[in-house]
Amino acid sequence: MNLLSIESMKTNIGQYAVLHDISLVVPEGGVFVLLGRNGAGKTTTLRSIMGLWKPSRGSIRFRNQDISSMHTADIARLGIAFVPENMGIFGGLTVEENLILATAKGSFDNNHLKRVTVLFPALEQFWTKQAWSLSGGQKQMLAIARAIIEPRDLILIDEPTKGLAPSIIDAMTGAFDEIAETTTILLVEQNFQFAKSLGREMAVIDDGRIVHAGSMADFVADRDLQNRLLSLSA
Amino acid sequence: MKRLSEIFDRFGGVNLLPVLAAVVAFVLIDAPSSWVTLTVAGLAMGMMIFLMASGLSLVFGLMDVLNFGHSAFISFGAFVAASVLAFFGAWLGGDSSFLALIALILSIAAAIAFGLLGGWFFETVIIKPVYKDHLRQILITMGALIVAEQIILAVWGGTPTSVPRPAFLEGSWIIGDVSIEVYRVFAFLLGLIVYVGLYIVLNRTRVGLLIRAGVENREMVECLGFRVDRIFVGVFMVGSALAAMGGAMWAGYQTLISPALGAEMLIIVFIVVIIGGLGSIEGTLLGAILVGLIGNYVGYLAPKLALTSNMVLMMLILLWRPNGLRPIVK
Repeated sequence: MNLLSIESMKTNIGQYAVLHDISLVVPEGGVFVLLGRNGAGKTTTLRSIMGLWKPSRGSIRFRNQDISSMHTADIARLGIAFVPENMGIFGGLTVEENLILATAKGSFDNNHLKRVTVLFPALEQFWTKQAWSLSGGQKQMLAIARAIIEPRDLILIDEPTKGLAPSIIDAMTGAFDEIAETTTILLVEQNFQFAKSLGREMAVIDDGRIVHAGSMADFVADRDLQNRLLSLSA
Repeated sequence: MKRLSEIFDRFGGVNLLPVLAAVVAFVLIDAPSSWVTLTVAGLAMGMMIFLMASGLSLVFGLMDVLNFGHSAFISFGAFVAASVLAFFGAWLGGDSSFLALIALILSIAAAIAFGLLGGWFFETVIIKPVYKDHLRQILITMGALIVAEQIILAVWGGTPTSVPRPAFLEGSWIIGDVSIEVYRVFAFLLGLIVYVGLYIVLNRTRVGLLIRAGVENREMVECLGFRVDRIFVGVFMVGSALAAMGGAMWAGYQTLISPALGAEMLIIVFIVVIIGGLGSIEGTLLGAILVGLIGNYVGYLAPKLALTSNMVLMMLILLWRPNGLRPIVK
């Protein structure tokens, strides 16, 4: 079953057309990876889904409901979480406050909280510290923890490995595997090694257009295609 | 230098600045009774400026709105309170302190109510159409300030209006050779109560958490499912009500007010929020106390420099900390 489907989406930022023609189907369950070079339109695609930039044409349907003209807050309340590239944590708030803000009732569900602290034990250690004092990896963990502190149907994650140490990326791979058991993830990533270890389905975006879509296994097997679309060297 | 900075931070950091200013002034003034009088006056003035400035700081921090019309609420608050006090003139001058207190409460309540309603109208009609457009915000809110001044001129006239005070707030307490004006203590305590209330709301409630988060990253708060624009209307109304309350207190402090009051206070209010760090309530309080204290000390020590003291203070602080004393984490 399709969770999210985008059809002929065009998005302008100011006077510039960034997305020309995006059509994408994200099935329910697992990790869907959106790959592409710098400036190809990956972040704009996520922000358009989230309603932060409104598409000028085309449709975005989530569980068959058109969300393309909805307010960001209403889209979030449908069960879509967003982890932006800059992580979007509130530096002046404590770790606990960052997480509690993401709960619908303003209080933690014990089971969800336990899940988060098992996945990211470091957060418990810094529970009452202001988030600006965390390291880059810890901030990323907090951003992802915030996205899963409540049950969500879809999490949009923008380049979570950017600037992180390899050991933290390894830990994050395990966390993503666990999260993907219950929640669909739409992952934008430039780190192909990380992306291929997680993704089941994938698409490549270039110059604001989807230029390839298919299974990750097929894409990994086709070195020529990788080189052509992502300019990956051997 | 780094070591000096660490020691400074360990003993309270920028929060120490008002204490430092008071210590330096104590040495320079060399007359303890005058110093106490000036310090109490500076603290009272600082608290009233805090009331006027806190809303502006939150409004800018939360929605990036530059509201030059903010000081119109200071003027209206002052004139509405003055009118209510004049209406209950017999209660103020009578023997009953209770009736005088009721008149005072009613005057402040009327200013607050005007601020709330006026804030709602101002946000809905004037601010909403110019979200995300700073140039138009400046033009339209400056225009609104001019219109507000003209309305005050039409309703209350151009001659300065005298503001009656309740009898129990008149006079001074004399302790040794120190004279402390009762009204200044009242203004300081009321400002302190409002600050504590704001602090509790911002730090102990969910709405406060949302406002603090929204000031840092509005977009992300919306991504968590909250309509910041709806929260903003409430913040704008409360900010306008606080400005009106500050105006009412200022009217009682000055006892003579003119329609130009708002425009006069606009500069001080902007200096305070810039010194404190836009969007930061703690910073606004710190900036207001500093401006109040230094204005009074300089006015006593070098009267000719009094008018420039706020500008010099702002320049020095911005050279030292370009984002203000207590900037919010963005």
